[in-house]
Amino acid sequence: MEKRKNSNDEPFNIWSGVLFGLGLVAFIDEVVFHQLLHWHHFYDKSTTSIGLISDGIFHAFSWFATVVGLFMLADIRRRKVWNVKRWVGAAILGAGVFQLYDGIIQHKLMRLHQIRYDVDVIYYDIVWNVIAACMIIIGIVLVMQKKSPNHKKNEGEA
Amino acid sequence: MHHHNHGNGFLDILLYILLIVLIVGYLVLVYGTNKKYKEWPMIRCVFWIIGIAAVFLGIAGPIAERAHASFQAHMMTHLLLGMLGPLLLVLSAPMSLLLRSVPVTWGRILSKVLKSFYVRWITHPIIASILNAGGLWILYTTDLYHSMQSSNLLHVFVHVHVFLAGYVFTLSMIYIEVTPHRTSFQLRAIVLILAMAAHSILSKWIYANPPLGVEATDAQLGGMLMYYGGDAIDLVIVILLCAQYFKGKKRAVEGRVYTVAKTSEG
Repeated sequence: MEKRKNSNDEPFNIWSGVLFGLGLVAFIDEVVFHQLLHWHHFYDKSTTSIGLISDGIFHAFSWFATVVGLFMLADIRRRKVWNVKRWVGAAILGAGVFQLYDGIIQHKLMRLHQIRYDVDVIYYDIVWNVIAACMIIIGIVLVMQKKSPNHKKNEGEA
Repeated sequence: MHHHNHGNGFLDILLYILLIVLIVGYLVLVYGTNKKYKEWPMIRCVFWIIGIAAVFLGIAGPIAERAHASFQAHMMTHLLLGMLGPLLLVLSAPMSLLLRSVPVTWGRILSKVLKSFYVRWITHPIIASILNAGGLWILYTTDLYHSMQSSNLLHVFVHVHVFLAGYVFTLSMIYIEVTPHRTSFQLRAIVLILAMAAHSILSKWIYANPPLGVEATDAQLGGMLMYYGGDAIDLVIVILLCAQYFKGKKRAVEGRVYTVAKTSEG
């Protein structure tokens, strides 16, 4: 009974984490790179229409994801089925996926805007996307780990 | 350009009278019905007063005056009139207040109207979003914005539309008022995301393509105000929508637990 309940709550933990991670990285992107550093531009003359549409949808979705992710977290905690490790892993995974999408598709293919202007942007691109890839790998590793110590305790030596 | 400022004294006085009537009227209804029914939440009165003030600031007063010459000020009036005002007014639930104030026969007629096909159609999230976002796209990507500046009739029409569309849109997303026709959380979530996307895409479009008769820097400032101002108000709608959904979910889960406990007892 206890076991079945846990396995049902796993997707919930993962979705909550992924959505929150995605929203968080979009928020950091806006605050740090747009507002504080002024590296990113609000609009770049080379932006394609599809880039503008993609940016708009992701912008809206990331706000929604942050809020839904946090409400789901509150729900998981209220039901006392929060798997912290898996949740954090999912959040890092979500953040990495968005950063990679932003770095490869939006910055490079759709030319939404570049990471920074008046510099050799290739190094920035490499660092940006390597960090994204690392986050995806770390996230997957954390999510895939079979059981957290908490569960082992509950299930004895099994 | 300045013909709006002349001969508007009479109209302004009428508007201020309307402002006072609306605020006092709401408070009188609250006071009158509190004796008969459950006490009306005080916070709704606050929402109503600030909401009405926001709408009136959008059509009269210093910001609206400046809006004739400045696109940025114009955008501020639209945020007040089409987003902040409607949100606060929806939160103050005037329709529910009216329903508990009027005699039963009037109430029946009113609820019949609310349940009519037309109201059901217009408060559907998809229709309301198209009316809201679509109207703005037409206003700023065609010459309508320019034509509006030289026609009083068009000016009034656009502003009435912006307010009504914003109000109906907010009404279709969060259920605080009497809402006979409800749609699923999932549908509203998707439509809200798309409407927010349409809003931010349009604001960046304006940034890059100034409407006819608007200077480039003015359009950039206005576009950014639309982008970030819209975000702030949309975020409140997102939070309210999710809060209502998860509150309902919690109740459903507790209900189920209760049923399970009861059946296992028996």
